[in-house]
Amino acid sequence: MNLPLYKFGFFNDEVSLIVAFVIGIAFGFVLERGGFGSGRMLAAQFYFTDMRVFKVMFTAITTAIIGLFYLSWIGVLDLDLVYISDTYVLPQAVGGFILGIGFVIGGYCPGTSGVAIATGKVDAIFYGLGGFFGIFLFGEVFPYIENFFNSTYMGRITLPEYFNLSYGVVVLFVILLAIAGFTAADWGEKVMAKKKSAQIEEG
Amino acid sequence: MFKFKEWFHHHHHDNVREGELTPYHYTNPYLIGLLLGIVLLLTFVIMGRGLGASGALSTVVAMIVNTVSPETAHHNSFYMGYLGDGEHNPLKNWLIFQMIGVVIGGFISGAIAGRTKFIVSKGPRITNKKRFLFAFIGGTLMGFGAKMARGCTSGQGLTGGSLLSLGGWTFMFATFAGAYAFAYFVRRQWT
Repeated sequence: MNLPLYKFGFFNDEVSLIVAFVIGIAFGFVLERGGFGSGRMLAAQFYFTDMRVFKVMFTAITTAIIGLFYLSWIGVLDLDLVYISDTYVLPQAVGGFILGIGFVIGGYCPGTSGVAIATGKVDAIFYGLGGFFGIFLFGEVFPYIENFFNSTYMGRITLPEYFNLSYGVVVLFVILLAIAGFTAADWGEKVMAKKKSAQIEEG
Repeated sequence: MFKFKEWFHHHHHDNVREGELTPYHYTNPYLIGLLLGIVLLLTFVIMGRGLGASGALSTVVAMIVNTVSPETAHHNSFYMGYLGDGEHNPLKNWLIFQMIGVVIGGFISGAIAGRTKFIVSKGPRITNKKRFLFAFIGGTLMGFGAKMARGCTSGQGLTGGSLLSLGGWTFMFATFAGAYAFAYFVRRQWT
């Protein structure tokens, strides 16, 4: 079998839009079912009161990583044909940091705000408007920050390539990291639950 | 004995969701994570690309700017990147169709679980008005940061992370660092 299907010409651009729509429905359904439609639930991971968003996210990433590794290992998927966006270390670190601050203040990220609006979260509408405004702001200052935006360019580069390790070893690292993360998350939840019940007893 | 139904309808002590609590609880986080991972994996093997979100919003912003002031848009390579060659409608775009699906899929799940109600998602210690203001500010930072990072939690986090992209992992660590570093200052909004 030749995967990815689209790259081997199994269907055209028009059909790819229908695929996008169907995949989008599945994505939105799973996000909502996971609790990503609630800003309060999304923010809870930053206070260790409820780590489910963190758990969902890292289970998903680990699942996809294992799946990609397996399919490419048995030779049905050509990983070189999967689009990986280029790395620009500094802009991505700074952008990620700003986005993280926006995440805990606003309660959503772009995708989850769509799910939140769909399920009637009024605050998510304001969040979405802010999102449009932030992108507009970026567009307006873009000519002034274009140099920084294009700095520390490293091209299409993956962790195995960067650290000069085999793909399988990195996959193993990620699995161990995920297990450590889940354990830490459970521990954090327990500590916070204890703290809360202690506060209630003190009244 | 393993009770699948109880496990699936993940009941745990609820200190987060009062007011948003619903007849059907959320699915177990590891099971739903597995499902989300499979959706992502299917996207890779069918399309040869991953999921995204902020790109769709950017296309809309670029189109609005282009409508209001074509002059501005045409002199800005950021906007032009989303407007294309002028021969195709920018809205006929993979991410736009995916995001329309996301909204519909989210609504279907919410409707099944009885979670489609007009409410404000927030903690008990903040007014609606303030929450709306914070939501707007947070959205603005998020929009700006997502463009700086060339993607958001979907495009760089889920997708870049799964593809073991160096930029994706840099982004993820920076995002969590930013959120945890700033969480203390907005704790009254959520807890």
